[in-house]
Amino acid sequence: MHTALLLDMAADAAPDRLALGRRADGLTFAETRRRARKAAAWLAGHGGQTVAFVGLNGPTLPVVLFASALLAKPFAPLNYRLADVDLNRLVARTAPSVVVVDDDMASRLAPCPGVTVVSRSALEAAACADGDGGEDYSAIDPDVGVLLFTSGTTGEPKAAILRHRNLTSYVISTVEFLGAEDDEAALVSVPPYHIAGISAILTSVYGGRRIVHLAAFTPETWVDAAADEAITHAMVVPTMLGRIMDVLEARGESLPNLRALSYGGGRMPLPVIERALALLPHVDFVNAYGLTETSSTIAVLGPDDHRMAIYADDPEVRRRLGSVGRPLPALELEIRGPHGEVLPPGQSGEIYVRGEQVSGEYTHKKVVQDDGWFATNDGGWMDAAGYLFVEGRLDDVIVRGGENISPGEIEDVLRQHPAVADVAVLGLPDNEWGEKVAAVIVAEGEPPSAADLAGWVKSQLRSTKTPEIWEFRAALPYNETGKLLRRQLRAEMASAAPA
Amino acid sequence: MDLKPGSRWKSAVCNTEVVVVRPPNAATSLECGGYPVIAHSAEKPADKTVAEDFAGGTQAGKRFADAQTGLEVLCTKAGAGTLTIEGREIGAKEAKKLPASD
Repeated sequence: MHTALLLDMAADAAPDRLALGRRADGLTFAETRRRARKAAAWLAGHGGQTVAFVGLNGPTLPVVLFASALLAKPFAPLNYRLADVDLNRLVARTAPSVVVVDDDMASRLAPCPGVTVVSRSALEAAACADGDGGEDYSAIDPDVGVLLFTSGTTGEPKAAILRHRNLTSYVISTVEFLGAEDDEAALVSVPPYHIAGISAILTSVYGGRRIVHLAAFTPETWVDAAADEAITHAMVVPTMLGRIMDVLEARGESLPNLRALSYGGGRMPLPVIERALALLPHVDFVNAYGLTETSSTIAVLGPDDHRMAIYADDPEVRRRLGSVGRPLPALELEIRGPHGEVLPPGQSGEIYVRGEQVSGEYTHKKVVQDDGWFATNDGGWMDAAGYLFVEGRLDDVIVRGGENISPGEIEDVLRQHPAVADVAVLGLPDNEWGEKVAAVIVAEGEPPSAADLAGWVKSQLRSTKTPEIWEFRAALPYNETGKLLRRQLRAEMASAAPA
Repeated sequence: MDLKPGSRWKSAVCNTEVVVVRPPNAATSLECGGYPVIAHSAEKPADKTVAEDFAGGTQAGKRFADAQTGLEVLCTKAGAGTLTIEGREIGAKEAKKLPASD
């Protein structure tokens, strides 16, 4: 099935409903489809086999996404925050292609063989022009819908392939067609090159929910837009949520229209979500866990799970606030040991997933197994009721004297310490143990002593999990979508302290 | 008719349109309003209307799944006819509403 059909359905069934933009001057579903068709006809004239996009969020993003889909050309949104040299390297990898670039970013792109650069304003002019919107593309059989470059913190970014059937399967199995109320509006602040930015467009369109794009995230503009546009739904990454709450508290703003706030894309510290639940009691919180290679969400901790957990006396139930909930019904999920054996509840292993939304494919490599199972490279375990706990990337697991130690578990304990504002735990090379446990602490107020913190960890975890190296910093390095740059931190510390 | 995944079909006698989500396990015939569906790009015959016994209607966004053949379709445009397989009505799948996560 074709992603453009999702827009077609909404435009046929609810042509006059607002689809994109602000209440005052937004585009209806019918107009969005008309512009996508006009944009497709215009883009077709510029050749190329892929449509790349270098620019900020806005109504033009969905228009280009659907235009690419109509042409059956993969849509490749690129990370405009990369250094010019890296950005140009990605652009070159999309050739033969046409690149839609924000006017004020155009000068950053160097001429490249096989790449035609067009400005966003030229595309917008073509899409807005009168007329009923070009040819009928329904006969074209589409295949690859979206190419997403991974953040590439380990090396050259990988291009993940998401086929139309992966994306549409995710949408139609998780969203009720036009299930949104007339007044619902989603605020999308994740960047275009993030899987959540793509899935937000597809699910909102199919659900009939208006999308308001934030060009680029700051907590102040997020709160302004949420209040001005009567936003009912939003998705944020954990670092955004903390900063949003600071602004809400400072302004005494309660966002009465907000109904649902989902979060994902990284580990949510318990104190942050507890604070959010207390500050926004009228809001449904949803924790979503997913990967680029799985077309977004594969497990969800729903609003009632949050409420049950926060008010629970039973520590088993209370702990679920730190879980990512249960796998979506349309897919299968297993925890497997090092030899591929399926592990019972309570045991840590690697998270495997199978289902139609799972692509597990890169342009140069197919990593999904022949039987459809995809190894996520995330460690985790499930409790007896089927709640999934994610421990983090397996590459980040510390192996100390043959023992596997998950940094997340130690970080969770340290984060509960009143003098700890933020923390990262990682493994450093060690001649005796292979790796040793190191903790980088951002203090809340007066920095605590290392001995105090070590005693805190030792009182709750096995002594081998107590960090041996302690470092205090003013801040930890995160990328713009809230991912801790653990490897950067490890490299800095390893060079500072030889094994 | 080759009901392969992703293929689009329309009713010969009403406005119903469907896309195949899951193919049938053996060749079969999908009908709407009492007549076999036709390719999405085909012209509708002018002389036929929805048969009286097959006028239950379809709803856009509903998924129809047939346990016997395994065929599953998504209705992309509503119409007045009933979807059937070889004359047998196919049931609408209960929508599993999940909380919005993105």
